[in-house]
Amino acid sequence: MPNITLGWMDYSIMLIYVGFVLGIGQALRKYMKSSNDFFMSGRSIPAWVTGLAFISANLGALELVGMAASGAKYGMMTCHFYWIGAILAMTFLAVFMMPFYYGSKARSVPEYLNMRFDGRVRCLNSISFAIMTVFASGISMNALAKLLNSLLGWNYHLSLWICSGVVLLYVLKGGLTSAIYTEVLQFFMIVLGFSPVVYLGLKDVGGWSVLKEKLAGVAQNPASIGVGEKSFQPDAWTGAWSPMIQGASSNPMGVDIFAMVFGLGFVLAFGYWCTNFLVVQRAMAAKDMSAARRTPLIGAIPKMFIPALVILPGMIAAGLAFTGKDGYRLPPKVIAESAYEKIIPAVKNAAATGLTGEAAVQEVAKAAGMKMIPAKVDEIIKAAPTLSDADIKGRVQNAVAENDYDGVILSLVKRYCPPGLLGLALTALLASFMSGMAGNVTAFNTIWTYDLYQAYIGRSKSDAHYMWMGRAATVIGILISIACAYFAAMYNNAMDVIQLVFGFVNAPLFATFLLGMFWKRITATGAFLGLLLGTITSAAFHALTLATGNAPGVKGGYVTVIQSFPSEMAQNFWLASFAFLTCLFLTTAISLVTKQTKTDSELTGLVYSLTPRIKSADEVWYMRPGIQAVALLAVCLVLNIIFF
Amino acid sequence: MTLDICWPIGLMFSLVGAMLTVFGLVTRASEEMYKRSLDININLWWGLILLAFGGLMLFNAWKNSKKVK
Repeated sequence: MPNITLGWMDYSIMLIYVGFVLGIGQALRKYMKSSNDFFMSGRSIPAWVTGLAFISANLGALELVGMAASGAKYGMMTCHFYWIGAILAMTFLAVFMMPFYYGSKARSVPEYLNMRFDGRVRCLNSISFAIMTVFASGISMNALAKLLNSLLGWNYHLSLWICSGVVLLYVLKGGLTSAIYTEVLQFFMIVLGFSPVVYLGLKDVGGWSVLKEKLAGVAQNPASIGVGEKSFQPDAWTGAWSPMIQGASSNPMGVDIFAMVFGLGFVLAFGYWCTNFLVVQRAMAAKDMSAARRTPLIGAIPKMFIPALVILPGMIAAGLAFTGKDGYRLPPKVIAESAYEKIIPAVKNAAATGLTGEAAVQEVAKAAGMKMIPAKVDEIIKAAPTLSDADIKGRVQNAVAENDYDGVILSLVKRYCPPGLLGLALTALLASFMSGMAGNVTAFNTIWTYDLYQAYIGRSKSDAHYMWMGRAATVIGILISIACAYFAAMYNNAMDVIQLVFGFVNAPLFATFLLGMFWKRITATGAFLGLLLGTITSAAFHALTLATGNAPGVKGGYVTVIQSFPSEMAQNFWLASFAFLTCLFLTTAISLVTKQTKTDSELTGLVYSLTPRIKSADEVWYMRPGIQAVALLAVCLVLNIIFF
Repeated sequence: MTLDICWPIGLMFSLVGAMLTVFGLVTRASEEMYKRSLDININLWWGLILLAFGGLMLFNAWKNSKKVK
């Protein structure tokens, strides 16, 4: 495995960053006077700060790594995770939902559910959310430690504990404000750390128009860089919408327009951006209603352009690999050290017995457990008698045909960054891992303290007690995250299973909020049963469907397969749509046959029809959220047309 | 009033920017090192950009602090 060696300059930049985040925690310490300061930043943060934190909390390192991977695998269509899959939902949150979240004085999303419905809905949502956040941060920490280990040769355990320790220190000192401030710092780190890499990559490949030509080549012959067998129309990697017009089978993502617009753009996007406490908490910390509503709107501006920073590198990598410029290829999957015990004898055996061609390649591929490039394996076998074991290892690794997409972004960093800039880019990555963990931990400690501890265990204690509990929850949350990281490291499938469960929980959630906020007839029983049954439905949907090419099991279809989808992505989008509609239908039906236990006055400020409109007439017209939302949507529409 | 975030952002990027600029100047003769970045002394140029960004943030912070007083 080719490691990256860091110089003193690179380490200095990393240390400066760590020094600054710890310094921010220390400087904020004196402002943490009550639990309100610790959990909600005393509702005092200006809109541009909460706005950047709002998108930054979502721009974790797994996102950075994963979006570049998808950029190489699926091309331009990946941008929909930032456009239709985010902007619509963010403007909806700002214009229609924020008045209830912020105006109700709820301190968390589950607390809003408690006000609108009852303790059962709150309990269901807060427990599932608390579990999800610690697992999410555990998965991400495991990925970080693994990356630092394979790339820089750092010790896995040491990286895990040191990074967690830094996060623990600054969250303990500065609470949510610390987390928000470091998220903003991280936002600028990512923008300023990755743009030179993208600039150099684009310049190297020959500019956007040359990249488009190369990607047309990739689309017609994806097998040439190992991203798939089937060939597509030339625009499959460079169009955002055009590859979907002829249906799911005409694009590498395997998704049709309905699944994209309804599944991703409506159900998944609204479910995430409008109900996930991790992001909504940032807006709740804003200094007033106007700032809270502007939080998602301000976040939406950079959000639209982030694809240039995170998806474009993946497309550049695919383009470079297509022509094999300076020997560049998409990084191969790494062969486990233990597999060489079988591979080296297999190679030597083939050389000794004069085995060549297809049969020899298959022997080696079987030993490695991966597809291999036949020509390269042939070469190795021919040269084997003169090669040392270490040489064979290196060459076999290079002959792996399967791509490690998650390594795409770092392969570019390594290719273009001289010492100095290298430190900056890697610090940006480190920053996004740490702030991702801080975001999860601050959401976890708030939910635990307010929605579980205060609601069920320790009622009416002193404020100092809750603040102490918040700090304790921070420590416990980080310890559980570390445990989850080890768990994810132990079981390869752990990550798939966990992400699956996230899907089950998230998919129906938006139906509950939508109905609850806009229809006063919805009852607590209806919401609770609808949400519970919606979650069960999505689990059942998963058990009965499968994406083509996957074996029944973790990926679905383990009961029986009654419907198959062209891709996993399509399966996810349809699962979400199905769960949403089930929850919508059941919540409505059950509400209509049960009695509304809350009076109209109890629901004032929580339901649209019973809440007086916010008068924004005193603001200049261009500062009104509705107007800004329309302007943002127009810009997003233009982007979609340009890259149609 | 809490800590103005422009201070730490401004300070950090000015510091890192200054370091990269100086590093770029010192290593400007090394063709080997900058072959990777397509023969551009990216440390020098990007260092200057970071310095400018950091300076802007510091100016902002300074302006905000005067407004509060």
